Amino acid sequence: MNPTTFFIFTTLLKIVGIVFVVILPMVSYAVYAERKVSALIQDRLGPNRVGPAGLFQPIADAMKFLLKEDFTPAHVNKFYYWLAPCLAMVPAITTIAVVPFGSTLFGVPMVIADINVGVLFVFAIASLGVYGIVIGGWASNSKYPFLGGVRSTSQMISYELSLGLAVIPIFLLIGNLRLTEVVQYQIDHGWMIVPFAGDWRNPLAWLLAIPMWISFAVFAIAVFAETNRLPFDLPEAETELVGGYHTEYSSMKFALFFLGEYAAMITGSAIIVTLFLGGWHFPGIPDGSHGWIFGLINIFVFFAKIVVLLFIFIWVRFTLPRFRYDQLMRLGWVFFFEIALVNIFCVAAILAFHAPPFPKHGLQADESDHGIPGGKMGPAVA
Amino acid sequence: MSAIVETIEAMERPPVTMTSRLEGELLEVSMGPQHPSTHGVFRMNVALDGEIVRKLKPVFGYLHRNHEKIGENTSYLGSMPYTDRLDYFCSMTNNWAYALSVEKLAGIEVPERAEYLRVVLAELTRLQNHASLLGFLLSDMGAWGTPLMYAFREREKILDLFESLSGSRMMCDYMRFGGCRVDASAEWLARAKEIVDRFPNFLDEFEKLIVENEILIARTQNVGKLSPQLAISAGITGPMLRACGVNYDIRKVDGYGYYPRFQFRIPLGEHGDTYDRLMMRALEMRESISILNQAFEQIPAGPIMNPKVKVRAFRPPVGEAYGRIEAPKGELGFYLISDGSPNPYRYRVRPPSFINLTILEDLCLGHTVADVMVILGSVDIVMGEVDR
Amino acid sequence: MPSFLFWLFAGVMLIFGALVIINRNPIASALSLVVCFLGLAALFMSLDAFFIGIIQVLVYAGAVMVLFLFIIMLLDLRAEERRTMNWVAFTGGFVVAVSLLVQILAVISRTQMAKQTFPPLASPQTDDVRNVGLLLFGHYNLPFQVIGVLILVATVGVIVLSKRQLR
Repeated sequence: MNPTTFFIFTTLLKIVGIVFVVILPMVSYAVYAERKVSALIQDRLGPNRVGPAGLFQPIADAMKFLLKEDFTPAHVNKFYYWLAPCLAMVPAITTIAVVPFGSTLFGVPMVIADINVGVLFVFAIASLGVYGIVIGGWASNSKYPFLGGVRSTSQMISYELSLGLAVIPIFLLIGNLRLTEVVQYQIDHGWMIVPFAGDWRNPLAWLLAIPMWISFAVFAIAVFAETNRLPFDLPEAETELVGGYHTEYSSMKFALFFLGEYAAMITGSAIIVTLFLGGWHFPGIPDGSHGWIFGLINIFVFFAKIVVLLFIFIWVRFTLPRFRYDQLMRLGWVFFFEIALVNIFCVAAILAFHAPPFPKHGLQADESDHGIPGGKMGPAVA
Repeated sequence: MSAIVETIEAMERPPVTMTSRLEGELLEVSMGPQHPSTHGVFRMNVALDGEIVRKLKPVFGYLHRNHEKIGENTSYLGSMPYTDRLDYFCSMTNNWAYALSVEKLAGIEVPERAEYLRVVLAELTRLQNHASLLGFLLSDMGAWGTPLMYAFREREKILDLFESLSGSRMMCDYMRFGGCRVDASAEWLARAKEIVDRFPNFLDEFEKLIVENEILIARTQNVGKLSPQLAISAGITGPMLRACGVNYDIRKVDGYGYYPRFQFRIPLGEHGDTYDRLMMRALEMRESISILNQAFEQIPAGPIMNPKVKVRAFRPPVGEAYGRIEAPKGELGFYLISDGSPNPYRYRVRPPSFINLTILEDLCLGHTVADVMVILGSVDIVMGEVDR
Repeated sequence: MPSFLFWLFAGVMLIFGALVIINRNPIASALSLVVCFLGLAALFMSLDAFFIGIIQVLVYAGAVMVLFLFIIMLLDLRAEERRTMNWVAFTGGFVVAVSLLVQILAVISRTQMAKQTFPPLASPQTDDVRNVGLLLFGHYNLPFQVIGVLILVATVGVIVLSKRQLR
């Protein structure tokens, strides 16, 4: 098989495998897990009618969503009303493209697109997710959805800043935006939340753990806000805005919004795992080059970490009350934004003393390349 | 307390124009009667400036069912089960308030054991009402039902007690003028005591949540402040009034039933905000537990019904009477005028939720939509009583 | 890059760029502009300039246009839809646009640079994030900082102006 055909074939296989075999079933079972875990928290039983322990409940739910009347209210802006649910679902799933979900399997790297701006790609696509909500709120031509849409616009933009600033310490440390490199660095030098694991004797490496934890906390909280989960679920705030941006939606269109939220939760967890929790790495388990069974175990480890994070998402939702809109804004702009900025300075200060372990890329710039007279911008790194 | 008595009408309010130059138009939103957190079929017409409430007009009557007129066309006994439907969370206290006013009207004595049973049931009602109120309030804040479920778990136990005593969980129809309908067995009292003994565990858990949760404190403190002057002039009663620091509890003021025989304190708030109202409920539950424990110790054996009262062929003498009790939500009173016939000539209910609700706009102005839900939750309304 | 992708994205950009102007509904215009930006990002990426492409999406499509939408949503859209076409302005604009186009074509047809083919771009293995970063914070550090201060001043100015108007 020639390399191009092989590449296209394996990429298609990865896309279909990851989206239809892993993510989408995971989304529907995340709903089931949410109901079961909330039942556990609230001293109830949860779904237990369909199949053993209610395990077929997601299938029944899907049937219900598909078969219910797809009602389009007369006062909506039809085209955008139809477009919004698609825009809510697509970005959530697209972000998974750059996330390395395993090491290698039969020599094929377990990442769909290994581009050099991986994390920026994630932010860019995630920032498009707001369109689904805003357009849904606007096209419904109704007051509660409108308020939900307005809330979500400002909320998402505010928390994107903290999200972006929180990861900068990582890239100060690694010097590369490629997510596979991030995972490789963590394998070599310890996960981001334990940056001292590779260098036990160095006190500066221990000191580095503090800003890394702050980064982790800010990033995780911003992911909560970006995915509209409690305590930041103001765009849909059931007790205030009825259903927020999806008040006027029914049937499968509502389901797309609903599942889009869970898909965003899963991809958000995947990003947290990749950036802070070592990706598919688990101490003591070799990567896929030592045999396909290890490749499979790596993939399993990655998704197991996601499941743990999903549990935390659900746990938080059923524990905390919601913030008020102004409190949310103040928290985002006055607290998280500042703390992330200060954090960057701290990491930079620590790295000034603690020789950053990225010699293989070289930090020295080639000064001769900087004039661009002929519009030519060659590689700055020799 | 009558230093400054203002009427609601005299309160200075900024004039609301529907368009202002820079802030643009106000957005008028009709909240309810099908809104998830308006506690039934309550409706508010809210004018919003962004998220800030500039105008709020409560609309009720969706559950109006002519309670008072029906009361005038029914015998005195016939109204008793119908009072259950007023505040359907607290049928026991409704029964008691009605029984008390009829007893006042006809001058009926109540046996000692019946009075003790009434106190026990009223305080149990207060426990389950306040517990579920705290749950609902946190649910309105977006805590997705977890506190509500915990509160309902406790409430279920008390409702089970009511069911085993009266035959119905919520529509108890337990009291009669001159006593109670059925006697409580020693076994029932032991069960009740066990439940009451365990109740502080739930309270400890809940108070920890109220005292320690940052979000909850940020959402409730300084939200919906009520001044004692406005509260008095608007006729606010119950925990809402006491949250402003006004020491007024009908259990102490009137000393109806056997309440003077019990040792209990009246918790008072300081700021009159939503947090105080929340805290007030938690503290009142502690006092209720203390009353219940005293009642379980003191309750004597004996008859539960005054044998002289002909409950079925009841004809009170001509006259009028107003009987009131401290219901969980505030002062619940029944005003009865008798013309000597089997039916009351006039039957009037003074519903605490309705009167407490009248100042909703004053509490909400200047706060956000999210706060309106929290404030409404802290007022503690049941639409069955508001609309009658 | 396969040339059909170039034509595809260039076509998308042109069509949606035209739709930005043609649509009467401001929301539709804004969304068309978003699609236009996405097409532009795709063109950048097909030149292996992933960083610029992604920043295009992140900043313009993800943040700037969301703010635009936010503002547009608060406006009265019907007023825009009711507005009738001003024929004087339309013909004036048409004349200006056409004369500009003629001028550009005339200039391009005379320069020698337009006739030569571009050399193939640098190898796709370059780390463009690093290059942009080093260039921006090394060689152009001072101008970059000055621009930062300028934007800060502008932001403060906007806040001061809007607050004064509120009072």
